[in-house]
Amino acid sequence: MEHKNWNGFAAGVWQDEINVRDFIQKNYREYTGDSSFLSGATLRTQALMKKVQNLFALERQFGGVLDIDTATVSSLTAYSPGYIDKENELIVGLQTNRPLKRGVNPFGGMRMVKQACEAYGYKLSRKVEEEFRFRTTHNDGVFRAYTDEMRKARKCHVITGLPDAYGRGRIIGDYRRVALYGVDRLIEEKKKDKARLGEVSFDTEQIRLDEELYQQIAFLGYMKEMAAMYGYDISQPAANAREAIQWTYFAYLGAIKEQNGAAMSLGRVSTFFDIYLQRDMDAGILTEEGAQELMDDFVIKLRMARHLRTPEYNELFGGDPMWITEAVGGMGEDGRTLVTKNSYRVLNTLYTLGSSPEPNLTVLWSNQLPENFKQFCAKVSIDTDSIQYENDDLMRPIYGDDYAIACCVSAMKVGKQMQFFGARCNLAKLLLIAINGGYDTSSNMAIGPQMEVMQGDKLDFDEVMRRMEVYMGWLSHLYVNTMNVIHYMHDKYAYEKTQMALHDTSVDRFMAFGIAGLSVVADSLSAIKYAEVQPIRSDDGYITGFNTVGDFPKFGNDDDRVDLIAKDMTHRMITELRKTPAYRNAIHTLSVLTITSNVMYGKNTGATPDGRKNTEPFAPGANPMHNREQNGALASLNSVAKISYDDCRDGISNTFSITPEALGRTVEERMSNLVTILDGYFAQMAHHINVNVLNRETLMDAYENPEAYPNLTIRVSGYAVNFNKLSREQQREVISRTFHEAV
Amino acid sequence: MSGMTGRIHSFQSLGTLDGPGVRFVAFLQGCPLRCSCCHNPDTWNLDGGEAYTPEDVVRRALRCRPYFGQKGGVTLSGGEPLLQRAFVAEVFRLCHENGINTCLDTSGCYAPEACDAALAHTDRVLLDVKYTSDEHYQQYVGCTMEKPMQFLRYLNQRQIPVTLRQVIIPTLNDTEVNVQALLAIAKDHLCVDKVELLPFRKICQTKYDILQKKFPFGHLPEPEKACMERLRSLLGVYGG
Repeated sequence: MEHKNWNGFAAGVWQDEINVRDFIQKNYREYTGDSSFLSGATLRTQALMKKVQNLFALERQFGGVLDIDTATVSSLTAYSPGYIDKENELIVGLQTNRPLKRGVNPFGGMRMVKQACEAYGYKLSRKVEEEFRFRTTHNDGVFRAYTDEMRKARKCHVITGLPDAYGRGRIIGDYRRVALYGVDRLIEEKKKDKARLGEVSFDTEQIRLDEELYQQIAFLGYMKEMAAMYGYDISQPAANAREAIQWTYFAYLGAIKEQNGAAMSLGRVSTFFDIYLQRDMDAGILTEEGAQELMDDFVIKLRMARHLRTPEYNELFGGDPMWITEAVGGMGEDGRTLVTKNSYRVLNTLYTLGSSPEPNLTVLWSNQLPENFKQFCAKVSIDTDSIQYENDDLMRPIYGDDYAIACCVSAMKVGKQMQFFGARCNLAKLLLIAINGGYDTSSNMAIGPQMEVMQGDKLDFDEVMRRMEVYMGWLSHLYVNTMNVIHYMHDKYAYEKTQMALHDTSVDRFMAFGIAGLSVVADSLSAIKYAEVQPIRSDDGYITGFNTVGDFPKFGNDDDRVDLIAKDMTHRMITELRKTPAYRNAIHTLSVLTITSNVMYGKNTGATPDGRKNTEPFAPGANPMHNREQNGALASLNSVAKISYDDCRDGISNTFSITPEALGRTVEERMSNLVTILDGYFAQMAHHINVNVLNRETLMDAYENPEAYPNLTIRVSGYAVNFNKLSREQQREVISRTFHEAV
Repeated sequence: MSGMTGRIHSFQSLGTLDGPGVRFVAFLQGCPLRCSCCHNPDTWNLDGGEAYTPEDVVRRALRCRPYFGQKGGVTLSGGEPLLQRAFVAEVFRLCHENGINTCLDTSGCYAPEACDAALAHTDRVLLDVKYTSDEHYQQYVGCTMEKPMQFLRYLNQRQIPVTLRQVIIPTLNDTEVNVQALLAIAKDHLCVDKVELLPFRKICQTKYDILQKKFPFGHLPEPEKACMERLRSLLGVYGG
């Protein structure tokens, strides 16, 4: 198949089938040079960015939400076009008719929308409530089917953050398809797929898919309508770089107008865009400055994206994140790097527009990455604390070379795989429930298999492990079933029409489970094994505290005695989860990732045998507990690197904070040292690292004087946040973390 | 197995300030000097710390090898590592056996010939030239300046690359004259390819408090950032 807008592109199977990867491989130009070609922000960009900064300041003054349209249910064509500065925007499109005005999206659940409106001083309009009176939301559906035990597990917070009241997210549409093929071709292909369905016998799954395809096709149509409202016809392939970026952005915009999923990631667009930018530059119709300007404008749009959330939601996922994750760099299967000039440009937006948590720029690190690019990434990390790194050498053999990251650490092949998001269970709380024979002392509830409280003056390691096995088995079964309910209902009442239209019709599905409190459990079990843990009992006979006598190995010191306990816990957990089949034949995966919920999880968990106090926060993700690392940063990294990605295919998050002084004396030393640290960490098949290069004093000052640090960005667990958007409690937790310092 | 052990105060798996690149640093216990500016008084006593075999140390260091890159390796610091020179020699020998770069952080207050076995496996010496006058040495270190100079001449003869280091202490050596004198020492010895000036820091006060010892320089101020920059700007090719 040919199209005039493809002139200049190398031919391939991508023309005859929907295959963006083939297009990229046939057409991209790797770049191994340094960053000296980059341009700064143009005057236009600076002026536009100033307006945006003012809007952000206003939003802060308004308590975090600038405005809510309480009368319109968000969808692709629900709002008239919105602009920041119509005449001066290169890439257009906003979620509602005004910048930073948030829409309401009750498909996931009405209660949450009402609460969110009220939390910011608004009231959801009667009209919207009327519209939904006879509709079932995802939230309604879930609670019709939840068993008593599921409700209890939720109530006592042993499973928390489940996407049962809002959109599940974690699905990445292949937004590039709209630019490469135009919407008409995508509709045509989907129609062919739909026609073919009738050729096999119709069972439940086939009928469901048939209806889903109907919806996908309808929403591709709405996407065209939405673009037409802005004066663009996206039915045909993009003819130039600006159109390629615009078309892709419209596809993404359609997705975030339709869905308020927790994480609405972007995918892997930079190198794809580079092909268009390069074609225009080769034709002499685009300069480097112009290319940067297009990327800047695109990124500005991404930074404007917002969803309406409740304060309770923010407690789990602090900082108003969208997880507009963009995977940058990596290597191709043929050995060429996927780094292009545009990989530099997208990172350069952190300079042209200033540092920012969004988009969530994620560098796919390989030992084979060009040295120049490694150095540039290290520089960006040191300057901005805004990027994270994930191991391409670990993921590429599993997902190929056109995968992306949903949310923080969830890898999936773009347009071919999706996941059912499952938040996380609280492993530390589970340990306490097991010790207490099925009683949670934080919520005063009996839950799980009932047996007697552990007896004796000293906890016996073997007995604790026997109990853990019983309770992990119980929880895993309950957790999978709970997820099955949630995702059945989400598919039924809040299906992602736009995003799934940008997937192959036949997709692989993951069901992503998670654990919180891994280092607390590992250290607690280590204490029980290597020290003496004496239980302290309450008047009613439950164990509510511990007196731990003697020293014990602690996670984060590269000590196998405890590190292998952590590794073993993840292995046991995924093994147990796999025993219960997942909805739609999804593949079970596990993450060790907490976002900012480590604070809330800690708040709901009693004192633990490792010496952690009642309600004290957990460490984030797979991090060792704060300030228990006694042998420096590399020993800490080595401990985390031991957790196997085979057990934790949904990602293992590690957040690393180091002072600039501890990284080296000069800027050059710091850059080159950071590069070898990353190389060393990932060579051990570790999965992920957030890098913060800053001083604790800076954070303490920002805590006291927030107005002096409006743009202070830090990496937390798998994403970046504006420090000021965290709750006071979350801020304190971040400050209390281990900062690797010079001695 | 040599059966030998050394006493070690602590390990720092990520050292970026004691030698080139990313380094695994072991701080050895024990020091014969009592410098007034010392920021590790907890390493003085040779009975402190814990005993490790050279194999223990190298096993730990090997765990960090993936991070070393082209330039990094192992640094033995202290305390004064040469107080346990046989142990240093064995650790470094094992490092070399494993292809790991070695760096020795020392005051150079020992007769160098006695340290031959250790120096045979040393890739670089970080030589702490504390002052550039004998008077200061006698008063604030407790030995003659001739000792580190003799050590330096020996390193020069053996052609072991050297980084000269000096802690800049306001009122004592925070002057251009002093830095020029230090540079003159560097120029006289071909083995010196780098000079590092480190700011005097007082965060060690708490260590003195815990040990119930007086911090002799506790009354002196830390140098201003601008002062450090000015002095460092004098280093020229040695500053790289």
